[in-house]
Amino acid sequence: MLLIHCPYCDDTLPELEFAYAGEAHIARPADPSKLSDEEWRDFLFIRSNPRGLHAERWRHINGCGRFFNALRDTVSDRFLTTYPAGHPRPDVTKLEAAE
Amino acid sequence: MNPFRIKGRGRVNQDRPVRFTFDGKTFVGFEGDTVASALLANGEHLMGRGFKYHRPRGVVTAGSEEPNALIGTTRGPGRFEPNTRATMQEIYDELSTESQNKWPTLKFDVGAINDRLYMLFSAGFYYKTFMWPKSFWDKVYEPFIRRAAGLGRAPTELDPDHYASRYLHCDVLIVGSGPSGLAAALTAARSGASVVVVDEQSEMGGALLSEPSVDIDGDNAWGWLATTLDELASLPNVRLMSRTTAIGYYHQNMVGLCQKLTDHLSDVPVDAPRERLWRVRAGQVILAQGAIERPMVFDGNDRPGVMMAGAAQTFLHRFGVKVGDRPLILTSHDSAWHTAFDLADAGCKVAAIVDTRTDIPPALMHAAMARNIETLTGHTATATSGRLRVKSIRVNPVRGGAVGAARTIPCDAVLMCGGWTPSLHLFSHTKGSLDWDAKAKAYLPGHKTEAVHIAGAGRGLWGIAAVLEDGAKAGADALRDLGRKAGAATYAVTGDRTGAGITQKELPTDRSPGSAKAFVDFQNDVTAKDIRLAVREGMRSIEHVKRYTTNGMATDQGKLSNMNGLTIASDALGKDIPQVGLTTFRPPYTPTTFGALAGYHKGSHFEVTRKTPIDSWATEHDAAFEPVALWRRAWYFPKAGEDMHAAVNRECKATRQSLGMFDASTLGKIEVSGPDAVEFMNRMYTNPWTKLGVGRCRYGLLLGEDGFIRDDGVIGRMRDDLFHVTTTTGGAARVLNMMEDYLQTEWPDLQVWLTSTTEEWATIAINGPNARKLLAPLVEGQDMSDEAFPHMSVAECKVAGFSSRLFRISFTGELGYEVNVPARHGRALWEKLMEAGKPYDICPYGTETMHVLRAEKGYIIIGQDTDGTVTPEDAGIGWAIGKAKPDFVGKRSLSRPDIVAKGRKQLIGLLTDNPKDVLIEGAQIVLDPKQPKPMKMIGHVTSSYWSEALGRSIAMAVVEGGFDRMGDTLHIPTADGGSQAAKVTGCVFYDPAGDRLKVE
Repeated sequence: MLLIHCPYCDDTLPELEFAYAGEAHIARPADPSKLSDEEWRDFLFIRSNPRGLHAERWRHINGCGRFFNALRDTVSDRFLTTYPAGHPRPDVTKLEAAE
Repeated sequence: MNPFRIKGRGRVNQDRPVRFTFDGKTFVGFEGDTVASALLANGEHLMGRGFKYHRPRGVVTAGSEEPNALIGTTRGPGRFEPNTRATMQEIYDELSTESQNKWPTLKFDVGAINDRLYMLFSAGFYYKTFMWPKSFWDKVYEPFIRRAAGLGRAPTELDPDHYASRYLHCDVLIVGSGPSGLAAALTAARSGASVVVVDEQSEMGGALLSEPSVDIDGDNAWGWLATTLDELASLPNVRLMSRTTAIGYYHQNMVGLCQKLTDHLSDVPVDAPRERLWRVRAGQVILAQGAIERPMVFDGNDRPGVMMAGAAQTFLHRFGVKVGDRPLILTSHDSAWHTAFDLADAGCKVAAIVDTRTDIPPALMHAAMARNIETLTGHTATATSGRLRVKSIRVNPVRGGAVGAARTIPCDAVLMCGGWTPSLHLFSHTKGSLDWDAKAKAYLPGHKTEAVHIAGAGRGLWGIAAVLEDGAKAGADALRDLGRKAGAATYAVTGDRTGAGITQKELPTDRSPGSAKAFVDFQNDVTAKDIRLAVREGMRSIEHVKRYTTNGMATDQGKLSNMNGLTIASDALGKDIPQVGLTTFRPPYTPTTFGALAGYHKGSHFEVTRKTPIDSWATEHDAAFEPVALWRRAWYFPKAGEDMHAAVNRECKATRQSLGMFDASTLGKIEVSGPDAVEFMNRMYTNPWTKLGVGRCRYGLLLGEDGFIRDDGVIGRMRDDLFHVTTTTGGAARVLNMMEDYLQTEWPDLQVWLTSTTEEWATIAINGPNARKLLAPLVEGQDMSDEAFPHMSVAECKVAGFSSRLFRISFTGELGYEVNVPARHGRALWEKLMEAGKPYDICPYGTETMHVLRAEKGYIIIGQDTDGTVTPEDAGIGWAIGKAKPDFVGKRSLSRPDIVAKGRKQLIGLLTDNPKDVLIEGAQIVLDPKQPKPMKMIGHVTSSYWSEALGRSIAMAVVEGGFDRMGDTLHIPTADGGSQAAKVTGCVFYDPAGDRLKVE
C-alpha cells in the first residue's frame, strides 16, 4: 500500500484515504463549442499514459476531500512530489537534483 | 516407541506422546513433532502421489518449501484443509490427516498407469493433446484436466473459523530467526528501536535448530539460542512472532504477515481466531530468510526415501528422527558431508558418500575415513530402485566426461544436496534486482528499491560465524539508516562447519536421457527431459519454458525447482544463465488461506449495510429486503400467503386506486449553496436553472463530459442561493465527487458549497389519488391546494408536527408528494402517516412496486435503462436539455459525430404479442428469429414487468434506430430455443396525458 502526501493536510497517509482521479493538467476548455471534433476528442479521450513519470490527480477523499496533483513514476510507483491543484507541474530536474 | 526415534535426541518432548491419524491409521508422535517428522519416526516415507504420473512420493524437505508431502488435514467439523505441508503441520491429539491424489489407496493407486504412459505427458502436453477434435473439449478434455489439476480436494463446508487482521508499525522488521536474523535483532533491539522478528516455524532459531554442534560465545548453539530468545523476549521494544509467515513485501516497506494461531492446538480457545493477517509498516526491513537446498536431478530422484540432506539433518537434530538406517549421501556441496557424519554418529550405517566433485577438502575425507564411510568422488547417480521406498541407487564414475561402469548400492534413503539457493522471494516482490554471481553460481540481491537489508545465507554466505556477523551488520546498517546510533556485537564461534560446493544441471548418465525420469519440479511433475524438449520446440526465454513445462508453477512457486530448471534450460540453449533470465516470484511466499486475506470481511460484515430510519418498521412488518448499492431496502411487504408477484400486484393496485407510501430515504441528497449556486447548477446539469423560482423544483439531468447520462433527480430551489439536489440511490457519492471535482479544479472561482445530506433526511413518498387528502390536514404553513402548491413545487413547512421539506412530485404518475423530515423523525412520521392513512387503506410498498409504477409511466432508472452509452436523445428525454445555455458538462459532446449518427440504440417500449409473456430483463432482441446463429442482435430489454394496472406485461428496451421502428414487431429469442414477439411502442404505457397528476 502506497503512502501519499496530501499537500493540504501536509501529512503522509495510507493510500486507503485517497482516490485516483486521472491525468493532471488537462484543463477543461473555456468554450468547448469553439473546439473542432478532433480537438474535443483529444480533450475527452487522449491521455499520455507514459512509462515513467506521470502527472496525475488524486483526491484525499477520506480525509480533507480536496483534489491535488502528484508526480508518480508508473514503473516504480514512487511519488516524486505532490502539489496543490492549479499549481504548475514542478520541474523534475530540480526535484531529482534535490534528492 | 517410534522405531526411528533416537531416545533423548531432538527438541520434541519425548515425555508427551501425541496420537494422530494418517489415512485412517493411528500414529504416535511427540509434542513438537510435525506430521512429517512423526511419520518418519514411524518409518513412513510414503506421504503422497505425484500430480501427473501418480508416482509414489515421500517427504523431501523439512520446511515450507516441501513439494511432495501435501496432505489434507481435518481439525474438526467443517475444518478441512487440502494441500497442507506435512512438514509444517504440527501434530496434536485427535488431528486427522490424509494423503491426496490417490485412488483407491496411497499404496495402490490406479492413476499410476500414467507413469507407464510417460511419453504422452511430456512438456506442452496439454497444448498438443487437447487441440483436436474441437468437439471433445467440453465433454472429454476439460473434465479430465479439471480432475487432474490441483492435488487436494476443496472443502465442501462453510469455514466455521474466523480470522483477524491487525496493523503494526515498527522501526525494524526482521524476517527469519536463524542466526543472522537473531544477530540483527539483538543489535537493533539493544539500541531501543522497536523490533519485530517473524518466523514461519513453530520455534525460533532457524538453522541453529538443525545445527547444535556449534558453540557461540562459549555456549552451545541451543544454549545461546535460549539466552538470546530470553533476552529478546524480555525487551519491551521487541515482538517475537513464530508460526508467522511474511507472505508478501509491498510498497514502501509494507510487509504482509500471516500468523497461524490455532492449527496446532487440540483445545482451541472459544472464539479464538484461526489466523491473523498483519500489515506491518516498517522503517527498515531485514530479510534473513536463509537458503534453500537444491535437489540433484537424476533418474528416479523422486522415489520415497530420496530427500534433501539438510532435511535429514533437521529431522535428526530437531526431531530426534533417523530418516533411515542405511542412508546414502549424494552431493556436490560440503554441507551434506556433515549430515553423513551426524547420521553415522547417531548410529546409522551410512552406505556411502557420493560426490559429483573430485576435489574434496581433505578434512572431510579424513572425517569420513575416521567413521569408516565409503566415499565415491567424481561420481554420478543414474537410477534408483524400490517401489514405495528407495532400495538401492545406481552410481557410476565420471572420468573426462565419460560415464563409467555402474555399481548398485543398497540403501534405504538417498540424501541429496545440489548446492544452496539464497531465498530471495520477498526481495523479488519489491522489484529489487537479482544479479548473477558467477562465483557463487547464484542470484544475489542487487539494486534495492525499498529500505531493506539482506543478511546471511540470503547473500550467499555460508557458516554460522559469517552469518552472525552479517546479521549484526545488517542490524547496524538498518539503525544507521533510521538515524540511530549503532554498534554491532561480535560473536566468537567455534566448531563452525563452513563449506562450499557447486551446482549443476541434470547428472550425466550412461543410459538414454530420453527415458530418464529425472524430476526437476516434483510438485508439477516436470522432468529435465521436458525442459530440453521445450527448448527444442522453440521456447527461448525462461518465462516461456516455465509456462510450457509448468516448471515452478506449482504451489511451492519453484522453491526447489527454479534454479535447476534454469540451469538445464541455459545448457540446452547454450547460453549463460543470466542471459536466459529469471522468473519473478510473487506474493504470497507460501499458500495463504482466503480466510486470512478476507479477515473480518465475511458474512454480514462483508460490506457495510446502510439502513434507513424506517428500516426497523419494515423489519417488524415482515418486509422482504433487497440490496441497492450499499443500502438494504424494503423490496415488498408480503401478506400471509402472498408471493412476491401477488404482493406487488396488490401494492400497485392500492397505490393507483387510493394511496401508497414508500420509503425513499436512500435517495442521494446534496445541498448546493452559495452566491454562485445557480451558475454552478447551470454548468453541471443539462437543464436551465436561472429562471426556476424559489419554491419550485425540476427534473435535473446530469451528463458526463462525453455526453452520456450519468445521473438524474428532482432538484428544488429552496432559496435563491440554495438548491436541494436529489440523486439516484447508488449515484450519490459519485455525483458529489463529480461536483467537487469541477468546483475545486475547473471553477475554483465559484462561491459554492456542497454538502452531502443523504443521511440527514428521511424521505417518505406518498402517492395515489388520496395523497392530498391524507397530507393536507397534517400540513402546517403551506396551502396544499393545487393552485398554491402545484405539481413540481417545494416548500418548507410542518408535516404532522415535524419540520419538513415537502415536494410535490411523482415517480408513479399519481398525485404525489415526498416529505423530507430530519432522519430522527423518519419512523415517527411514517407511523403517523400509516395511522392517518387508514381511512384510505394506505398501503406501504417497496422497491419492486416503485419499479413497476415508474415503468408504467416510462420513467427511466439510471443504470437499468441506461448503461453509460445512452445520451438524453437516446433515452427520449432531449426535452431536459437547456438548448439556449452556452455550455454545461457534456454539451459539446452532444454534437460529436458518433452521437448524432443514425442507428444509435434508442429507448422504446415493447408490448409482447402475448400479453401474458413477461420478457426477461437483459434479453437480446433480433429482427428475424429464424436467421442463422449467431444472430444479429439489435438491442436488449432493459426493464420488464407485469402491469396490474394494464392487465398485461410491459417492457422497455434499447434498440438500434428504435424511434424509427414504432409499430414494428421485434423478436426476443428465449433460452429454450423459442422466441417471443413484441411490438415497438412509446415508453409511456399508462395515463399518457398525465391527468392523474392533477387529480383534485
